[in-house]
Amino acid sequence: MEHVMTRTIPNTLSTPFKRYFLRWETFLLLVTVLVFFTNTQISPYFLDPWSLSDMTFNFSEKAIIALPMAMLIICREIDLSVASTIALSSVCMGLAAQAGFGIEVIFALSIIVGIGCGLFNGFIVTWFNIPSIVVTIGTMSLFRGITYVILGDTVISDYPPEFAFFGQGYVAWVISFEFTLFMILALVFYVLLHHTNFGRRTYAIGNNPVGALYSGIKVNKHKVVVFALVGAMSGLAAILLTSRLGSTRPGIAFAWELQIVTMVVLGGVSILGGSGTILGVVIAVFLMGLVTFGLGLINVPGIVMNVIIGAMLITVISIPAVLARFRERRRRSV
Amino acid sequence: MTNNGLLKHRESALALVIVVLILTVAAITPDFLSAKSLLGAFNDTSMLMILAMGQMLVILTRCIDLSVAANLALTGMVVAMINAAMPGVPIPLLIVLAMVMGSVLGAINGFFVWKVGVPAIVVTLGTMSIYRGVVFLLSDGAWVNSHQMSASFIDFPRNTLIGLPVMSWIALVVVAMLFFVTRHLRFGRDFYTAGGNPTAAFYTGINVGQVQFKAFVISGMLAGLCGYLWVSRYAVAYVDVASGFELQVVAACVIGGVSIMGGLGTVLGCVLGALFLGVINNALPVIGVSPFWQMAISGAVIIIAVIANAKAEKAPGRIILRRAVTGVADVNPTATVAAKS
Repeated sequence: MEHVMTRTIPNTLSTPFKRYFLRWETFLLLVTVLVFFTNTQISPYFLDPWSLSDMTFNFSEKAIIALPMAMLIICREIDLSVASTIALSSVCMGLAAQAGFGIEVIFALSIIVGIGCGLFNGFIVTWFNIPSIVVTIGTMSLFRGITYVILGDTVISDYPPEFAFFGQGYVAWVISFEFTLFMILALVFYVLLHHTNFGRRTYAIGNNPVGALYSGIKVNKHKVVVFALVGAMSGLAAILLTSRLGSTRPGIAFAWELQIVTMVVLGGVSILGGSGTILGVVIAVFLMGLVTFGLGLINVPGIVMNVIIGAMLITVISIPAVLARFRERRRRSV
Repeated sequence: MTNNGLLKHRESALALVIVVLILTVAAITPDFLSAKSLLGAFNDTSMLMILAMGQMLVILTRCIDLSVAANLALTGMVVAMINAAMPGVPIPLLIVLAMVMGSVLGAINGFFVWKVGVPAIVVTLGTMSIYRGVVFLLSDGAWVNSHQMSASFIDFPRNTLIGLPVMSWIALVVVAMLFFVTRHLRFGRDFYTAGGNPTAAFYTGINVGQVQFKAFVISGMLAGLCGYLWVSRYAVAYVDVASGFELQVVAACVIGGVSIMGGLGTVLGCVLGALFLGVINNALPVIGVSPFWQMAISGAVIIIAVIANAKAEKAPGRIILRRAVTGVADVNPTATVAAKS
């Protein structure tokens, strides 16, 4: 979405205290610790290692997509078709499994289909200069629609037995493969966004696309690459989810895109682009995981959790806006 | 707003596509061309059209309302529950109630956009989950079925008036009102100004945030109206009513040439966009295409339509004035720099 975006230039540089303690990430971490503590109080089963391990299965797949999605939102684009990409990748895996292909082919195919979907979005957005929210609303129907065309109302569940490892396996003791993969990818994306030229360019594009273009950054090419990254991670998430469920149906991962965008925005990534960190997104992932798990422990139904997550999203985004408003008023009255 | 001739041209092109589409379907199944079947398709599209009107105003002001379907489900559930509990409440009163309630839900969105300054997509993403969840909390997941509703509650949109069902009449009235308002009233033109160039609007004395608020209230009011219409037409109210319909509504606007960048779009275009989707949805089963194709086809149509529209939207005016803080009118504009040129 194009929004009028303005930024107030501070007249003093922020002090180290402000830099470290008044950051969004610190605030999020505080809330997360609070929720963790609350969870230990409401249920005696919460602190059990296996129960904590179960919790990681609930968010790891979405979290893996949230990482590149953060980069995409930072460079002022968005991808609402991720859940449909998961469905399409999953169907392609299912067809490959039915045809008797081995696990390597199934794995590679899912990633390739994911990248293909991402490239499709990226090319349409950049070639025709169309807002990504519109394009990906379209591809969201298109990709999901193709899975309905292929599957109808049938289910594919002929996966080879060793395929179950990706979504159900453990690396060591209670540490699941999914969670390990997420932590590794979080590190990879942290380095990519915060310690490489590629990451700096992402911020540059998000802060001022025209300026970035005139500085010699290939803005369109960069965006296509980030779209492809989102696609690739959606393909990977499709492998994990399909393996965990052991089956593919056309409604798989329905409405996940909104939860993923919520994770990213909650993590402090500005929906207007240009700012946000991977650390923030990772903390937000844990926060959402803890909230939903804690609510699950006290038997709150999923749809009511959505009410709480929706309210959390709006509240948390409103706080800095309201604070800025107060600060502005105080500054002007002096 | 840039080029009136071009806009007219685009709308007539879309109208032509719809006619060709109808004729193609008629070539395969001649029955489709009957007045009864075409009016049926129009009637089926009524709610999409009404919602697209509200959505258009919101998109014109550079916002988006993803909560319309959840708003519809919530107001629909409330009127259905009132009707089930108190069958004596007259239908017009229920409709007014639905519209008031829808407006309040829309005003909540508008408040956060205007007064708090949260981007519309974030607010409506949140309220979409919240409103939908509240339907569950209210109903406890139970359905309100047709046997619990009074006969007049169910019959109202079905009654025919001069050859057309009341539902179609309501859509026509809403469209006619919006057509007049957006073309001839300052109130309506403000939506275009606020979205087309917020800076200019700000300097002209238009409160952009307030205009956005109004757009959300109208969008919510129309969603409330559709809440009653939906529940009575399908004679059932449950949590997942109209789930995912918000995307169809946005799609109808986009196909009709409403620019997601704001300030560009017409009522006629939106109506044609909605009719286009409506004709496709009605035609597919008629020509024997599996309903499983419907989603893929509407997805492809959206993409093709935005590509076709993208070319027409090029060449905006040169920006001479620096962008001011438009959503937040009491901030000194000189203290800010535009982060986006």
